[in-house]
Amino acid sequence: MNVRRFNWPLWVGFLLTFATSLSYFFVFVWFPVTRDFPWANLLLFLVAAVLVVAGIRRGFASDRPHPARSKIVTSIVAALSFGVIALFIFSIFIAARWLPASKGAPQVGQKAPEFSLQDTSGKQVSLTELLSAPVNGSAPKTVLLVFYRGYW
Amino acid sequence: MCNSELRSIEKNLDKLRAAGIRPVAISIDTPEESRKLSQQMGYTFTILSDSNAEVIKRYDLVHAGAGENGRDSARPADFLVDTSGTGRWVNLTENYTVRARPEQILNAANSLK
Repeated sequence: MNVRRFNWPLWVGFLLTFATSLSYFFVFVWFPVTRDFPWANLLLFLVAAVLVVAGIRRGFASDRPHPARSKIVTSIVAALSFGVIALFIFSIFIAARWLPASKGAPQVGQKAPEFSLQDTSGKQVSLTELLSAPVNGSAPKTVLLVFYRGYW
Repeated sequence: MCNSELRSIEKNLDKLRAAGIRPVAISIDTPEESRKLSQQMGYTFTILSDSNAEVIKRYDLVHAGAGENGRDSARPADFLVDTSGTGRWVNLTENYTVRARPEQILNAANSLK
């Protein structure tokens, strides 16, 4: 019965919830198919949840060497596992939507406000210049402005 | 997330340029910080620095407190602007994790007459 002593499904499931959360930010975010909807992470969470549920059954089984301790440890680890899954789902599906409405942003057909900003070499560059300086030897048809949060 | 979007732009730069599109990224990072980012990630398109979020305000894209130490930053947004300075395609994502894909941008640019 030595094998039954170590509740591996519980612990593997628990570690998998962490690995899955991190994998989104380090791996899956780089691919639009797994970034825009985190299906790869949801599948991994499903596997983790199945393992944790199996671990709960094992941890609450009557043949545990220390039944009381096993129940406490199992409950804590299982709660943490589901907490990690809930936190991920909350971050990606709820908190990620907390963006300002930006009702005053230029819409299709409206003028994009002119600006002049420094590029990475410290040179001032204006929207008018960006719209007229050649791209691949000919005048650009459009400028794509990509606003992003920035790094530090 | 933003790096993911910028990287997909870099990877598709030839296609974008062939379609007459000049990509320009804008954030509150200083020119120095943006230069480090470009070097580290191998970005070759223009990156502009809006350190005090003035242009971000003008475009109504301020995400209050979202930057470093609670600084005001930009929410993610993409605009295709034609040579008359008019917006022709606008992408104001409703979810931080959902970003414009190069194919979307190319489709939008190609559908302009």
